[in-house]
Amino acid sequence: MPSLKDLKVRINSVKSTRKITKAMQMVAAAKLRRAQEAAEASRPYAERMTTVLSNIASGNRDNPEAPQLLRGTGSDQRQLLVVCTAERGLCGGFNSSIVRRARVDITRLTAEGKDVKILCVGRKGREQLRRDYGHLFVDSITFEGLKRMSYTQAEQVASPVLSAFASDEYDVVTLYYSEFKSVIAQEPQALQIIPASFEPVDGDAAAGSNSTYEYEPDENALLADLLPKNITVQIYRALLENAASEQGARMSAMDNATRNAGEMVDKLTLQYNRSRQAAITSELIEIISGAEALNG
Amino acid sequence: MADTMQVELVSPDRLLASVEAEKVMLPGADGDFTAMPGHVPVVTSLSPGAIVIVNGSEETEYLIAGGFAEVSGAGISVLAEFASLRSEATPEMFASSLEAAEKSLDGLEKDELAEATRRYGNLKMMIETLGRAA
Repeated sequence: MPSLKDLKVRINSVKSTRKITKAMQMVAAAKLRRAQEAAEASRPYAERMTTVLSNIASGNRDNPEAPQLLRGTGSDQRQLLVVCTAERGLCGGFNSSIVRRARVDITRLTAEGKDVKILCVGRKGREQLRRDYGHLFVDSITFEGLKRMSYTQAEQVASPVLSAFASDEYDVVTLYYSEFKSVIAQEPQALQIIPASFEPVDGDAAAGSNSTYEYEPDENALLADLLPKNITVQIYRALLENAASEQGARMSAMDNATRNAGEMVDKLTLQYNRSRQAAITSELIEIISGAEALNG
Repeated sequence: MADTMQVELVSPDRLLASVEAEKVMLPGADGDFTAMPGHVPVVTSLSPGAIVIVNGSEETEYLIAGGFAEVSGAGISVLAEFASLRSEATPEMFASSLEAAEKSLDGLEKDELAEATRRYGNLKMMIETLGRAA
């Protein structure tokens, strides 16, 4: 049975924990809004890019002169996995679920006898993967202390990937990140970025615009120019989705923590009051029985 | 034929402009051109330079550090890697693009080198002009 003082100390400590988690939740909520806005602002660019590219690409997929970024190298032996995670923890299962998704694929690809390499983006993913797959790392990029994701960060990730692909180090590049569905739901995703895959354009749009465009310079030059940009845009989008997911996950994790701390405080307070009363009662009994003995 | 068309200027960060315009002057990779409503559908990459959106007597000028444009019957979408209003642009904004352009000059062959050099030259000129104006 803990003493009254111990209980008091514990109650106070849980209360201050609750204050911290509450504050973190509110900070995450504010950051989430900004992250969501950033993700939305980037959408028009990404959408246009995809439309234009899929228009050009659909006619050129089998073209032997099309850039390798589109056609692929014709093999899938050498795989690069770009695992994007957060810089900080305390956000529920956010980092772990991305890492778990990546692990599944690493195990599968390794079992199939593929050469797997990993590029870590974000400190948390690196920490979790380092022990088991440290020997597969090619590099890791962290954005510690960064307030806002910007296009520059996407370029920072894209440029080593692109130059490695250009010097024929990999056949397939896959991006792992978490897609922001809602505050409570974030889904880890694996997106193949090289060779590029485009969903076929809807019937209407394709029929109306497909082959009627003129291209300046010619289609292949344009593709060679646009495909690397598209990779950067995809990475940018993944980073933004990740940022929003991270804040969403942190928000709900901290909300849970705050609630649990509240319950804990209630329980401890009850226990405290009970033992206080028990102490008073036993003191009273002692006094009364003492007085009785004197009178006796 | 419509008198105006929808013009959209987007950069990866945000949508900069979405307006009706009579004509738009664009710095195409194969030379500057002006697009008006009913222009032949074209997809072109853009050199660093200025985009002028004209609507009546109103002229808005944006500076871009390269990108591409999709001109269709319905309108124009300009996708710029970096874009800013002319009046708000500073030479520093384009410094990183210039650096990247300079770096990309290494290890290129004839045709590509000529293209990259031209991009680099355009950017440099743009920055110098801005520097003088400031």
